Amino acid sequence: MLNQGRCTYVPALPRRSSTIDDLKIQLETILAALFDKQIHCKSRRDTASVMAAGGGVAVGTLLLIEEDKYGLYSNLLFKYFLAEGIVCGHDLFVASAKEHPDNILKELPAPLLDDTYRKELGDEAEVVNSEDFQDSMKIAWRYQNLPKIEASPTTYTKFGHYYDLSKKMPPELCQSVKWHSFYLHEESSFEPKMKAWNMNSGYARLLQSLQRIISQEGFDGSDPQKKQRNVLRIGIQSLGSVLWGDDVCCSDPPEDPHSLTKFLYVLRGLLRKSLSACIITVPSHLIQNKAIMERVTNLSDMVVGLESFIGSERETNPLYKDYHGLVHVHQIPRLNSLICDVSDTKDLAFRLKRKLFTIETSLFADAWLLLSPNQRILGL
Amino acid sequence: MGGKGHQFYQQNPRCLRAAFRALRLPRAVPRGGNATATAPAQTKGAEAAPLAGGCGQGKFTLLRDTRTDGSFLVHHFLSFYLRAGCKVCFVALLQSFSHYSIVAQKLGVNLAAAKEQGQLVFLEGLKSCLDLLFGEEEQPGQPSPLQFLSGSSGELRALFDFVRVSLTPCAQASWKGPVLLVDDLSVLLSLGAAPVAVLDFIHYCRVSVCCQLQGNIVVLVHSSEDSEDEENELVVNSLCHHSDLILWAEGLATGFCKDVHGQIKIIKRLSLRQAAEQDQVQIYQYKIQDRNVTFFARGLSAAVL
Repeated sequence: MLNQGRCTYVPALPRRSSTIDDLKIQLETILAALFDKQIHCKSRRDTASVMAAGGGVAVGTLLLIEEDKYGLYSNLLFKYFLAEGIVCGHDLFVASAKEHPDNILKELPAPLLDDTYRKELGDEAEVVNSEDFQDSMKIAWRYQNLPKIEASPTTYTKFGHYYDLSKKMPPELCQSVKWHSFYLHEESSFEPKMKAWNMNSGYARLLQSLQRIISQEGFDGSDPQKKQRNVLRIGIQSLGSVLWGDDVCCSDPPEDPHSLTKFLYVLRGLLRKSLSACIITVPSHLIQNKAIMERVTNLSDMVVGLESFIGSERETNPLYKDYHGLVHVHQIPRLNSLICDVSDTKDLAFRLKRKLFTIETSLFADAWLLLSPNQRILGL
Repeated sequence: MGGKGHQFYQQNPRCLRAAFRALRLPRAVPRGGNATATAPAQTKGAEAAPLAGGCGQGKFTLLRDTRTDGSFLVHHFLSFYLRAGCKVCFVALLQSFSHYSIVAQKLGVNLAAAKEQGQLVFLEGLKSCLDLLFGEEEQPGQPSPLQFLSGSSGELRALFDFVRVSLTPCAQASWKGPVLLVDDLSVLLSLGAAPVAVLDFIHYCRVSVCCQLQGNIVVLVHSSEDSEDEENELVVNSLCHHSDLILWAEGLATGFCKDVHGQIKIIKRLSLRQAAEQDQVQIYQYKIQDRNVTFFARGLSAAVL
C-alpha cells in the first residue's frame, strides 16, 4: 500500500535568492496540497479562496509534525522534505537519535524525472472526476454551480517532482548535494560552556552542531565572499523521544520540563537569522503533559498533526473508508502580516491511492452541510 | 423576557437590578442590533473608537487571546504609541525585528527610523538569546537582559533593569510618556522562568513605569479555558485582576468564518480604581485585513448586511 504512493507536483526553488523573507521552499505532499490551490484539493466548495498562503515552508521557519501512532506517515513526510531538498540542490542537515542519518538518506524515494507520470496522473484524475462529480448534488444543491477545483495536470505550471516510493533515490543523486549529519550516539561529549545552558545535553549538542554548520558554511550571511547563496534544509527526527535523553515522553511531570521548549526557542532564533528551513517530527501522542505541547505549539511556526487510522475503530468506519488518516492543522505561520489565520477549513484527511497522495476536505464539507445557510454566513 | 418573567421583574425591581449587576453590564450599553449606532470602526489613527480607551497615563493594559492570534493588537499599539510621540520600549520575544518592521510599514510607521532617533528601544529576544548562548564572554558591565536563561536563578532582574534603563527619561530628547510593550509574556514561562518571577517582573515594571514615570504598559498573553498549562493560567488570572483595561480576542465559538475573524471583548476595569464601580464590558467582532482591522457589532458584519 505504501509502496505505490506518489506525491504531488511542487515548484522548485529558484537558484538566485534575494532576502530571507522572499525565499520560499515549496514542500511536496501534504503542505503543497494544503496551501497551493492548484494541486489536488478536491472539495465541493470553492476552495480557491481557501488556500491563500501560496505554498510550502517559508525559509526561516519551523514546521512541526506531530507523529501518528506508528510514525509511518510522519516518516514519509520527513523523507519527502529531504528528497525534495536533494532534487532542488539544497544542503541538508539530518539529525536523529533513532536511525543513523546515512541510513535515512539511503531510504529516500526516487524522483521521477520524465514525462510518463503525466499521462498516468491524467488517467487517474479522470477516473476520480467521473466517479464523484457526475451525480447531481441532492443536499448540496447550492454548490452545484460553484467552480470545481480541477484535478487535471494541464492547469499546473511546470514545477516540482514526483517521487516513487517503491524505488530508492540513486546514490549519485544523494552525493550531488552537501549534507551534514548528527547522530546523537556518535557525537562527542559536550563542551563545558554548555553546562550553563540548563538544557538537556543531547539538545545542547545538537544546537552547537547546527550553529557551527550555519556559521561555517555561511548560511547566516556572515561570509560576504559567497555570492551563490544556498538554503539549508534541516530535518530532526523524533525530537522529545526517550532516545534524546529527555523523559518528557515517559513521565509526568518530567525532570526538566523546559529543555524542549528552550531548544525550540534557540532553534527559532537560528532559523530566523539564516537561510534555512526546518522540519521536526515529535511523538506528541506520548507526551502526557499537555501543557508542554501547548508551549511547543506556540513556539513553532506551523504545526500539523497526523492521525492514522491503523489499528483504530475508524479503520472500519464507512465514513472514512476512502481515507488513511486525518490531518489536523494546529497552527499556520504568521509572517510579516497582520492577517493570521485565513484557511477556510482545518479538517482534512489524507490518503495514499495507487498513484496519488491527496488531501481532501470532504469530511468538513459533510459537517458544513448540517448548518443552515444563515449560520454559515454569520459565523455565529 | 416575556410573560411570567416580565411580570415578576416588574413587581421586583430589585431582582432586575441584581440581574444586571450579575451580568456586569451597564444598561446603557447597546446589545448589538442597532444599525445606526454601529458604523464599523477602524484601527488606523487615533480615532480607533473601540481601542482608543487606553490613552490615559499610568495604565496597565492586558492583551489576551484565546483560540486565535492576538498579535494584531500588539501591532496596533506599537504603531499607535509611536505615532503619538511616546518613547516605547518593546520587548519582542517571539518574532524578529523585520517581522514587526514590515507590518508597521503597512500601518504607516517606520520602526528603523524610530529606533535610530531613540524613540524606540527594541529588545529582540531571539537575537539576544543567541548572543548569550553562542557569543563570547560578556562584559561585566552589560549583562544580557535574558540572563536567566543561563544560570541557576530564574529571576528576571536583568530584564527589569533593561526596561528601567531604556525608559528613564534622558535630558536631550523630550518624548511624551514612556510605554512598555511586551510580546509575549507566556514565552518567559516556556524558557524556564517561574510564574512568581514573571509576576514580580511585571510588578516591578508597574511601579517603575506606571507609578514613577506615569507611563503605560501593554502586555500580551495567551490563555484558554481548557488549557492544561496551570502556570500560564495563574499568571494570566493574576494579571487580569491588576489590569486597568483588558482586550480579549477570541476565536468564534462556532469555528472559523471568512468574514469574521473573531470577537474582541473590551473590559474597562473601573472597579479597580473605585470600589463601588462595575466593570464595563463591550463586545465587538472584528475582521483583519492587510492594513487594517475593522470592528463591528455582533452579527452585523459586512457579509450579512
